[in-house]
Formats: sequence, C-alpha cells, structure tokens
Amino acid sequence: MSERGSSTRLDRRPPVKPVAENICTVIVNDWVNGLYKHLVLDAPAIALTVEPGQFFHLLCPAAGDDTPFLRRPMSIYRIDRANQRVEFLYKVIGPGTRGIATLEPGDRFDILGPVGVGFTLDPSWRHIVVLGRGVGLATLGPLAELAHQNGVGLSAILSARSPDLVMSTDLFQSYGGEVITVTDSEGTSTVDNVEAILLRLIGEKRADAFFTCGSNRLLMLMQRVGQEHGVPGQVALEQQMACAIGMCQCCVRPIREGDEIVHLRVCFEGPVFDLKAAISW
Amino acid sequence: MVDLSTRIGSLLLGNPIMPGSGTFAEGLDDVIDLNRLGAFVTKSATPGYRSGNPIPRIAETPSGMLNSIGLPSKGIDDFLSRIVPFYSRFSPPLIASVSADTIAEFESMAVAVSVAGVAAIEANISCPNLEEDGRAFAMHPDVTEQVIGRMAAATDRPIWAKLTPNTGDIAVVARAAEAAGAEAVVVANTILGIAIDTETRRPLLGSVTGGLSGPAIRPIILRMVYQCARSVSIPIIASGGIGTAEHVVEFMLAGATAAQIGTASFIHPTAMISAIDGLAAYCERYEIAHIADIIGAMEHTEADPVLLTPIGS
Repeated sequence: MSERGSSTRLDRRPPVKPVAENICTVIVNDWVNGLYKHLVLDAPAIALTVEPGQFFHLLCPAAGDDTPFLRRPMSIYRIDRANQRVEFLYKVIGPGTRGIATLEPGDRFDILGPVGVGFTLDPSWRHIVVLGRGVGLATLGPLAELAHQNGVGLSAILSARSPDLVMSTDLFQSYGGEVITVTDSEGTSTVDNVEAILLRLIGEKRADAFFTCGSNRLLMLMQRVGQEHGVPGQVALEQQMACAIGMCQCCVRPIREGDEIVHLRVCFEGPVFDLKAAISW
Repeated sequence: MVDLSTRIGSLLLGNPIMPGSGTFAEGLDDVIDLNRLGAFVTKSATPGYRSGNPIPRIAETPSGMLNSIGLPSKGIDDFLSRIVPFYSRFSPPLIASVSADTIAEFESMAVAVSVAGVAAIEANISCPNLEEDGRAFAMHPDVTEQVIGRMAAATDRPIWAKLTPNTGDIAVVARAAEAAGAEAVVVANTILGIAIDTETRRPLLGSVTGGLSGPAIRPIILRMVYQCARSVSIPIIASGGIGTAEHVVEFMLAGATAAQIGTASFIHPTAMISAIDGLAAYCERYEIAHIADIIGAMEHTEADPVLLTPIGS
C-alpha cells in the first residue's frame, strides 16, 4: 500500500485508488427483456469510487449445475453515489451470468473493484458521440452521464438485433442526448448506415470525440471514420479474464503503440484504449 | 504472540505465505498490504522478449482452471531495471523466478538476477527444455541435477527448484535437486490438461494443452509434498490448490515449510492475507508457539506408512 500511485509504478497506469472485495446487498435484479437483466446493488464506499469505463470482477454464485470457478468481469452501467448504489446491465449467457441471475433482493454479492482504466473526457470536447452494440452500451452509460454533468453534448447510437432488444434509450435521453437506435431487423444497423450517421454528426460539428464498445465491426468503422476526419476516440475492449488486477496475463490483446504492436492487459492497461490503437479481433 | 516465522535454508521468512510465480504482480498492491507477505515471487523472467501463447489463455474447469500463458516476458533487462526496483521498496524478500530454454541459459539467468534486492532464485524448471524435445527439465532427475548444479555453482543466491508434477516420480527429482545444491524445492506446478468445446470441437485453450491449477489438484500436490518430505531434508515449499490457512496447515503437517498461494488470489486477492491471519488464529487455538513446530507433524495412523511408501525409495 506504500507508494500508491507514485511515479515509479510499473507500466502505463495513472495513479490508482484502492481496490476491494466489496460485499454488496442486492436491491433489484430484474429482467429488462428476454435476454438482459438489470442488477442494482447497495455498495460500500470503495465500490462507489468507480469511474466511467471501469469495471468490477463479480464472484458469481453457484446455481444448479453451474459452479463458476472464476469471477466474471462486468463494466459499470450506472453509478448512483447519492443512494450508494452501483448498477449493472448483463446478458444471461453462461454459467457466471446464470448464477448472477439467481440473486434475489437482500442477497449478499461480492464485487471486486473498481478496476481498470476508464474513459477520459478532454475539456476541449463540446459534443461527443457514443456508439454501443448490445450490452456494450451499458459501458457507455456512465460516460454519457459524466458528459452531461460537464455540459458536454451527447449523441448516442444504440445498435441491437431488434427493436425490443434496444435498451436504455430513456437513460441516454435523460442525459440530454440525441438517441439514435439502429437494428438488424430494420436493416438500419449496417456499417453504411451507421457511417452515414457519423458523417452527419461530423458535418453538424457534433463529433469532437468518438466512444464505442461492444462490436468489432463498429469499432473498425469508428476507427476508420475517426482517422479520415481527425476525430479522436476511445474504445472499451472486452476479454476473458481470471484475476482482473493485472497478475495472470490472460486478458492480453494486441494494441498498436507507435509502429509496434504490443500485448497489453485489458484489465490493467485497459479496458479503455485509444480508438486508433485498437486492433480488429 | 504467535511466531509465524519459517526458515527456507539461509532465508528466514516472517511467515510461510508467498505468492505462486505468475499469479502475482504490482496490481495486488492496490488491494492488500504487500509488506505482510512472507516473500514475493516474481513471474518468471526469461533471457529475451517472449510474446506468450495465443488466446484464449485460460479455461474454467471444475474447481479449477487450465492456463496456457506461455511465459510472456519483456526479458532480463526489463526485469532488472523495472521489476526488481519496484519490489525493493517493500520489506519481504524478493524471490526471482527464472525460466530459460537451455541449461546454459538457466546458468546465465542465475548470474544475471544475482543483484541487490534479489534474495533467492526460483528455477522454473517445469518449463519445456528445447534441448530435450520440449520435455520439461524437471521431468527427469538427471536433467534437474545438471541445471540446478550449474545454477548453484554460478551464484551465491539460494536456488529453489520448482518441480513439475508431470513426472513419474517427483521424490526422485526432488532428491536430484537437493544433491545438486538446491536450498529448497517448490512442490509443485500445474498438472497438464486439455479441455475441448463440444459445440465447436475446438480446444478451449489457444495452445491446446495447459496447466491445471486450483482446488482440483490440491490432494494430488499434497501427496507429492508428503512424498518429497520423506525423501529430502531441504525445505519444501508447497504450491498447488492452496487458498486458505487450513490448506496451509494441511501442507505443513505433510512436511512443507512454506506455502505458495496462486490461483486462489485470482478469486480472492485477499487470500494470502486471510491465510496469514488464519495461521495465527490456528496457532492460538492449539497453543502452538511457533508455526514451524507443525512441519511434518501429521499423526500417522497404523496403515499409513504401508499405503504411502514413496515410490522409488
């Protein structure tokens, strides 16, 4: 604990805050639609220091035949410091999330964190564009709120398979944002159409920075359009993890660093990386 | 006041708890007070840069995990210029884990890491030997004796030989390490395994084969510690599925002098601290003045010596 955040820290880390195994109490764990659930936790002080783009590493309960051994990383969806709550939006998809889905109000839930390097907002940006696909939009929620608090304009493009799976439009609207939903079933989520939306926002001078999460296809699009039009950006990447605090080297991904490609830990040097540095997966 | 100190050859540790190599890094400093640990063990340093294995590098298995990380490393220069200075500010002794492809490289690594701030060297001889068709050095007693002998002759730092469980008779390998001048043996490492996705028919690990760790392997490693303890007189550092004070006591009763906690820290980063506190509580409960008094203190039942005569002895 000594020398926390000193300049001699290893690797590319900003000064860090304490990380703890936070024992939370479940307040809400309800279905949002047929695939996703919304988890609201009463959280202790260290958990409430979480910043947009950071995540927690969840100790998933065993349920039925599911006995998840490792924790599961999940980005923060909402930070409600006034009510001492943290919220998650998750897709029930495997042994870990099936276990989380069984949590009932009043249950205890151990969430390790907050961990990772989150989003940064440059003070010169007046209007940002966030582009999320599926549960990736959950990661962008706290960023949108931060932008709103700082008086930064917001355009949110939410992509999903079908209109019933588009989530959080109200949440992004509550941050004063223009919300554009695009879906596969309506044929509006194509790269061409999303590119046209991005170009319109650039033309309207409402794209000082790009942010994305949840789709390789959309990451590549945003990276290319950003490059062509000089729009900086950030991407929140995902990767399978064991420890989430930089020890196990499981979650590395290739990242561009100058002319080189280096393998960086998504949990520790990320999960948020410069949009230009990300590499297709 | 309970005395948790334990002696590994020439090194006196404040307590028997240390991380397993590859399960410990600077990020843990954000979670626990590193000064409370008995020792630090680094991720294995290698002579040059290694990118590591393709992803996926982990697969969850019943009560454990398979990993195939592939020893990603920035090389010895980075180890000496960044890793050693980082840990030098803390009080626990730093154990430099080293790995290499050949015996000669192991020898030069032993020399290279013998710098101020490094108290001992853990020789990760569980890794593949390029001169022996990729078989782990520690699969064979003769190769173990050669590599440990060369390292011990090349440095004044204590050498701890980290043995592999993937061998026919680990007690014989432990004796070879002892004969070659190792001050301690670390028993053991991960057990080789594979997992396959039946939907995609693909292996769950990018490199197909990986090492199994976690509670699933604890009884097997405990048996190996017990066998080695009956075969060597140098200290044994247990490593394999240990996560709580109770596990540490179990391994010490079987003959271990210290314990490494690894995979358990992935689930509970506070596991090592809880284990240290739990050891003190255990000693108080049974009025044990010195934790070292329980080393090898398992009470034998009548049948036990017959059932567990060490293979090869």
